[in-house]
Amino acid sequence: MGGLAHYLEQDGLATTQISLIRLHSEKIRPPRALWVPFELGRPLGPPNDEAFQHRVLKAALDLLAAPSGPVLADYPEEAAKATEEDMEGWVCPINLSPPAPDADDAAHHLVIESEIKSLLPWFDLAMEKRRRSNIGASGLSLEDARDVVLSFTDGEPSQAPVPGTTMAEGLRLAVDDLKAYYVDAATAQPGNASGSDIQDWFWRETAFGELLHGLRKKLMASADEDMVLAGEWFLIPSSHWLDESYYK
Amino acid sequence: MARMEDVDRFMRDELIALECPEFESTPWVEAQKLAESRVAVISTAGLQRRGDRPFNLGAADYRVILGETAAEDLVMSHVSSNFDRAGYQQDMNVCFPIDRLNELAADGVIGSVAKYHYSFMGATAPEDMEAPTRQLAGLLKADDVNAVLLIPI
Repeated sequence: MGGLAHYLEQDGLATTQISLIRLHSEKIRPPRALWVPFELGRPLGPPNDEAFQHRVLKAALDLLAAPSGPVLADYPEEAAKATEEDMEGWVCPINLSPPAPDADDAAHHLVIESEIKSLLPWFDLAMEKRRRSNIGASGLSLEDARDVVLSFTDGEPSQAPVPGTTMAEGLRLAVDDLKAYYVDAATAQPGNASGSDIQDWFWRETAFGELLHGLRKKLMASADEDMVLAGEWFLIPSSHWLDESYYK
Repeated sequence: MARMEDVDRFMRDELIALECPEFESTPWVEAQKLAESRVAVISTAGLQRRGDRPFNLGAADYRVILGETAAEDLVMSHVSSNFDRAGYQQDMNVCFPIDRLNELAADGVIGSVAKYHYSFMGATAPEDMEAPTRQLAGLLKADDVNAVLLIPI
């Protein structure tokens, strides 16, 4: 991000920026940067807190008045963390037990299909409230995206699932659309769940999360380097596959 | 939470080891007063209009986001799974604060909001984004932008 600020200022445009990784801004030294102590993915702070977002935005824009630089300022306000009371308002919309690890593919498929269907009322509620969804990166319908992912658990499809992309890229986009669906549905209820609360629910309590853990292992054993790369790095956050065995 | 102690060990090691571009000096353009500034957003969140080409690994190009239609059109196709998307899914202003900027413009705090905004996908090395960024400088000036707000993910 800071590198882009250098290029734009060299070409005559004043810039200011938000910084999430202070170390990187210290190294790159962009003209004006406001470091914020928020979760990765939330550079303006919590969702649906207009006043908070205004304060962060104004602090970043105010750096434009600095007489000289580089300026690296620290934003002083923390984003509120969810309390137990807040979390009481956040109830996972569903709680289906993942199938047993030794269950056959057909059993997995049935559970996934059932899980996706059971989230639909919550997804609809989310759409009613927000009028927007993040589903759409793959260009596939939700059902097609689901079938694409399941087809990779059975074997490997004969053609790329998303036109204009590689096999691995198409799979990643289909997975991302399904994850977006789950997260839209899970956040339809009021409450102040953090990103990590929602991640924990998705990766530890859903059948689809369980299926992706299995798919990751399968892809990492593939002969196709792209599939290995996609499986190893782009399906599951490191916080949910990392364990001590990685460092042994 | 973007403190090193708040991310997992793997991510922390990656972030610390990440090679950053080196610059001999920091360029400096004197900014206009905020009330006279026309502000554009450049995000590295891998944002795109629905139906536009998704970002793929190594993508150094950008996508154009029309501020007026962002609410209905915006989707994220960033390759990384190592950041929170739930906040953005509930409220795009978490990383693309178009509503907040429009409110600041309506209140006269900033002069105006650009018609066009842009997104890269931040998993790509900044050096690879230099040429498209310099191209953007011309496009931003053509939209009378005189202040650019850069927002990572």
